[in-house]
Amino acid sequence: MVAVPALVDLDVESPTLPRLLAGLTDNLAEHRRQYPAPPLSARPRGDITTAVERSGLRGRGGAGFPTSRKLQAVAERAKGKPVVVVNGSEGEPASSKDAVLLTKHPHLVLDGALLAAAAVGARDVVVAIDCNATRALRSVSVAIAERTRTEPSSRIVRVAAIPHRFVAGEETALVNWLNGGEAKPTLTPPRPFEAGVDGRPTLVDNVETLAHLAQIVRWGPEWFREQGTDAEPGTMLVTITGAVEQVGVHEVPIGARLSTVIRNAGGSLSRARAVLVGGYFGAWLSTDQARRTRLCDEDLRPFGAGVGCGVIVVLPKDACGLKETARILGWYANESAGQCGSCVHGLAAIAGGAADLFHGDDAVDRLIRWAGQVEGRGACQLPNGAARLLRSGLVVFADEIERHRSGQSCTELDA
Amino acid sequence: MSHRVRVDPIACDGRGVCAELLPERISLDDWGYPIVDDSPVDDRLLPHAKRAVEQCPVIALRLERIRFRGDGDHRAAAAGDRQAAP
Repeated sequence: MVAVPALVDLDVESPTLPRLLAGLTDNLAEHRRQYPAPPLSARPRGDITTAVERSGLRGRGGAGFPTSRKLQAVAERAKGKPVVVVNGSEGEPASSKDAVLLTKHPHLVLDGALLAAAAVGARDVVVAIDCNATRALRSVSVAIAERTRTEPSSRIVRVAAIPHRFVAGEETALVNWLNGGEAKPTLTPPRPFEAGVDGRPTLVDNVETLAHLAQIVRWGPEWFREQGTDAEPGTMLVTITGAVEQVGVHEVPIGARLSTVIRNAGGSLSRARAVLVGGYFGAWLSTDQARRTRLCDEDLRPFGAGVGCGVIVVLPKDACGLKETARILGWYANESAGQCGSCVHGLAAIAGGAADLFHGDDAVDRLIRWAGQVEGRGACQLPNGAARLLRSGLVVFADEIERHRSGQSCTELDA
Repeated sequence: MSHRVRVDPIACDGRGVCAELLPERISLDDWGYPIVDDSPVDDRLLPHAKRAVEQCPVIALRLERIRFRGDGDHRAAAAGDRQAAP
């Protein structure tokens, strides 16, 4: 005889840590034992937004904007038939947290998206995923097909495969692509919450953000605040790469010591040259700085850094910081959408200057001037990210710049 | 009622006409693209600003009305939000 599983397992306890990475399943019945289908029709819109507001949830795509304010801005425009876009572009090269959620727990993300849709009064949900993330695309498509059989409310969800390029994930670029245009940023205003997909008010939220939202509705805002700091509550997914033994996605409370996060992934600051926090869109920290900081915006802000999308790159001691910085700035130059003059020319100049620095030229002054000239000049934030990364590299690798300039061999060649 | 100039960086082609006509508010970067100072344009400067807007060959320059103190500051705040990507 086959045991029929109970619809809701009331014995399921709220997870402590990990949270998002606990109970991973791509099976709907198994997911529903942990997360019973919320009675959306009976739920007044305000409930969800209020819970999210109390939780203090901030976006996990990199900007860290308060999620409840985005929900409110779109909900206020409910007459315009809002749309919810799940941003699964994950264009940050080292990041894989969103792909992990989409692949291993698609129903949690879909729950979050449908709850957000209920909160803002949306009847259309689009899950936008990088066209190269084939496993995530397949997993989400299968999950949607499975849900629509038993849960008709899921019929409003569809999947869109978006071009594989960094700026495609910028929210106006995403909206422009879904509207039939190029996956390139557009001039703001209007922002998507004002006029987005099909000209309708559009909520664009990151995959991880919506997974947290689903857990907040399931376990409550007070539970959410049991982890993290007062200003930045909850846990976050981090993708750790470089000189650590367990490369990959980990879940940590926001505000955990950076050194602990690295140690728990099998790395050590004593074996590191520097740490890139926030990924390509973040900033370099010296090991001394990294030792003193917690993983939260409050601590990282003084270094010009932030948690961003949670990428942490531990640069090994025998690697050359200048070479790595020049490589990332080369990536930036390549990722320019080619729309704004100061970005096209400025990022190319900066990439060239950073390579010159590696080859021993004294390019610091012109690099600083160019960083100032590209900042705030584009339609999107790409040039700002390049300027931030460059500035942090000039500070953290100041001694290496001097070694290269004076013709001494660099750390990498010494090793 | 005062105004400020704004450039659409996507439309802008870097012809540099605006910097010649309104050097009080517009300078050029190393590649010839306008760096716009968005502080208010007073009545004395307004005719020059209008001319710069009219003369832009790609219609990338705009004159915006500042409706109240702090108007448009949300843009600076919004510029701090990223991503969704950049």
